[in-house]
Amino acid sequence: MDFDLTEDQRLLKDSVDRLIQDNYGDFEKRKTHQADSRGYSPKLWAQYAELGLLGLPFSEEQGGFGGSAVDTMNVMETFGRGLVLEPYLATVVLGGGFLRFGGSAAQQAALIPGIVDGSTTLAFAQIEAQSRYDLFDVATTARRVGSSWLLNGAKSLVLHGDSADHLIVSARTAGSRRDRDGISLFVVPAKAAGVSRRGYATQDDLRAAEIAFDSVLLPQDALLGEPGAGLPLMERVVDAALAALCAEAVGAMGALHELTLDYLKQRKQFNTTIGSFQAVQHRAADMLVALEQARSMAMYAAMMAEHPDAATRRPAIAAAKALINRSAELIGKEAIQLHGGIAMTMEYKAGHYFKRLTMLGSQFGETDQHLRLVAERGLTEAA
Amino acid sequence: MELRHTPEEIAFRDGLRKTFREKIPAEIRQKVSEGRHLSRDEIAASHRILHAEGLATPNWPVEWGGKDWTPVQRYLYVEEVQFNAVPMPLSFNVAMVGPVIANFGSQQQKEKFLPATASLDIWWAQGFSEPGAGSDLASLKTSAKREGDHYVVNGQKTWTTLGQYADWIFLLVRTDPAAKKQQGISFLLVDMKTPGITVRPIITIDGAHEVNEVFFDDVKVPVENLVGEENKGWDYAKFLLSNERTNIARIGFSKEKLELVKARAKETPSGEGMLWDDADFRRRIAIAEIELKALEITQMRMVAAQRHRASDKPDPTSSILKIKGSEIQQMTTELMMTVAGPFAAASPEHSHNAPPVGPDWAEAVAPQFFNYRKVSIYGGSNEIQRNIIAKAFLGL
Ligand SMILES: Cc1cc2nc3c(=O)[nH]c(=O)nc-3n(C[C@H](O)[C@H](O)[C@H](O)COP(=O)(O)OP(=O)(O)OC[C@H]3O[C@@H](n4cnc5c(N)ncnc54)[C@H](O)[C@@H]3O)c2cc1C
Repeated sequence: MDFDLTEDQRLLKDSVDRLIQDNYGDFEKRKTHQADSRGYSPKLWAQYAELGLLGLPFSEEQGGFGGSAVDTMNVMETFGRGLVLEPYLATVVLGGGFLRFGGSAAQQAALIPGIVDGSTTLAFAQIEAQSRYDLFDVATTARRVGSSWLLNGAKSLVLHGDSADHLIVSARTAGSRRDRDGISLFVVPAKAAGVSRRGYATQDDLRAAEIAFDSVLLPQDALLGEPGAGLPLMERVVDAALAALCAEAVGAMGALHELTLDYLKQRKQFNTTIGSFQAVQHRAADMLVALEQARSMAMYAAMMAEHPDAATRRPAIAAAKALINRSAELIGKEAIQLHGGIAMTMEYKAGHYFKRLTMLGSQFGETDQHLRLVAERGLTEAA
Repeated sequence: MELRHTPEEIAFRDGLRKTFREKIPAEIRQKVSEGRHLSRDEIAASHRILHAEGLATPNWPVEWGGKDWTPVQRYLYVEEVQFNAVPMPLSFNVAMVGPVIANFGSQQQKEKFLPATASLDIWWAQGFSEPGAGSDLASLKTSAKREGDHYVVNGQKTWTTLGQYADWIFLLVRTDPAAKKQQGISFLLVDMKTPGITVRPIITIDGAHEVNEVFFDDVKVPVENLVGEENKGWDYAKFLLSNERTNIARIGFSKEKLELVKARAKETPSGEGMLWDDADFRRRIAIAEIELKALEITQMRMVAAQRHRASDKPDPTSSILKIKGSEIQQMTTELMMTVAGPFAAASPEHSHNAPPVGPDWAEAVAPQFFNYRKVSIYGGSNEIQRNIIAKAFLGL
């Protein structure tokens, strides 16, 4: 057992912390990043590349830095603290995950260098009007036409899909809408003929897009992974993303808890600080309990995220997300309540953490979906 | 013991329901139901229709346009307004300043203000809270110094709901800086057009402009705008706040929301069928419904007890109603978040007639969930309510 970071991990963490503190510590700076037409700062994105963050999970042969899920956890936690807007999850964790776990050597060679140097961004186009949180509920179709694919359908709420250069699209190549088999993944240039995108803001200040695919003609090698076997690949990548989201949530919860504690020590009512009321103290203590439970599960998720055996990995990740959702809900709501009116304002940071934590709670499944998976499969001992 | 309403009460309720549904424009009720913010004109239009029907100020004294209703009828009225997604008549006018003027104001004030307050020809705002005086309202600092036939008001109020539309504001001000906290406070009526008043918007986390800061810089207020006696304002404020709490449970609101949750869950695809078929989700709805049923009966017990209560006895019921009522309201907004599912995350711009993301009601769901965190903060926070129960009732 060892929960310490290695020297390299610590050094990287320190520099990421510093970069985010410098560029997000002042909340006004975040507004500037957000005002960019991409909804984030391309300049910071380039700095992430310089620091090696964009190549973190890729192997050295692929042009990356051979980091592990623990490195991703460290980065995401810091991003959570900063309420970072850049598309790290979409490009590096999700897009990069598809390339790492499912991409051909040619696809990896074509796209990974661009991700690593910051010139290429990706997005995962998966949600459909009827799919809710079921990855296998896919109505979008891809049909073979000669040596090409013809893609038709519509995707919703594609995170950072409005500015991504390439989209990883789930489409049905066989079977009917809710079959677990018959789903395939495709790499689609966002500017391909027949792709139309409508971007918009999300409730937590990120960006998303509605994307329609109208008879998009794709070359044979647009297929990513085995035809019809897209679901296990998606599950693997989404589990990595869930582990990353867990870490982001812990970062946001930690920062929100600190912000709340600072406020409880300063705000005076009835001639004393509100933090001196025992009723308030107990609530702040419960927030800490929830935070530490969440931190433990984020670590568990990081350690299990790359487990190749789905039967072991999936319930573990679901357990982490279920617990983290509950902690995030408690900490988010209590932070607002214990601040009083001030936390209801756009100008104050607490509400923004609350909004991000709320939205994070439903990314790739709400608590109920994850609980169900754990209830059905059970948790196995970590090997 | 009998839980059911009498046939007369049911007829009374059905009459109200018919009026509300026929007279209040459907678009306004739909907006309320969907949790969208109303414009000034929509709030005013709805209020004026109720006023024309004699239904804006039922709780006022009869001579000023009130109704000689029983406690049960008053309760049914509030519930029916909310259940039909009718905007409550402006509470600052109807539930707050109106009853204060009617009970403590001079004859001249009654004549000047009450008819215009009932009809919303005057739009009132509540200027109680200050940056330094929230839960500890009595620590307020905004001062009013008597100079001849005027008070000169200096200070700042905050969280002033809909203050951007207000014609007048009722203030708690400190008139005796030497007196102990509650004793040096007075209740003043101030025309918002008076020189020296500045209103600044506060944008809330749902992106709405619902509250404001209001600054007072040497604002001259005629002494005839003092309500009741100087330095007795705290008593009037307590009277006002106790009125505010009688409809704080908002049972009609939560009932309407739960009906909507169910209706939408039946239309929302999920898995092989609809979200309504999801047993886990149905359990969550059931939990909310059970809590709400219990609270409804608690509220009815309180209404019934009003007939034979010795009024000086401490009563925890309004605090119970506030705590549970706000929690249930918040629960309904959370259930709606789940109905919206992934689509709750979208916040599309409205500039170019773009189609909605997901169902057209989804974009209003998260903002209402965020906004409704307020209901456990204002009107005496839920922590303050627990203090009241513990101290005044439990003797702890
Ligand atoms: C959307 C909105 C609209 C509003 N509209 C109006 C309006 O129109 N007019 C108006 O005058 N005011 C209005 N208010 C103000 C509202 O009444 C105050 O927000 C409320 O009184 C709480 O005060 P505060 O926000 O300063 O929080 P604080 O009083 O600073 O409280 C912060 C936290 O400490 C807790 N706390 C405080 N004292 C104790 C204690 N003794 N024991 C345990 N816990 C304690 C509180 O419960 C809260 O959790 C509005 C507020 C909001 C959010």
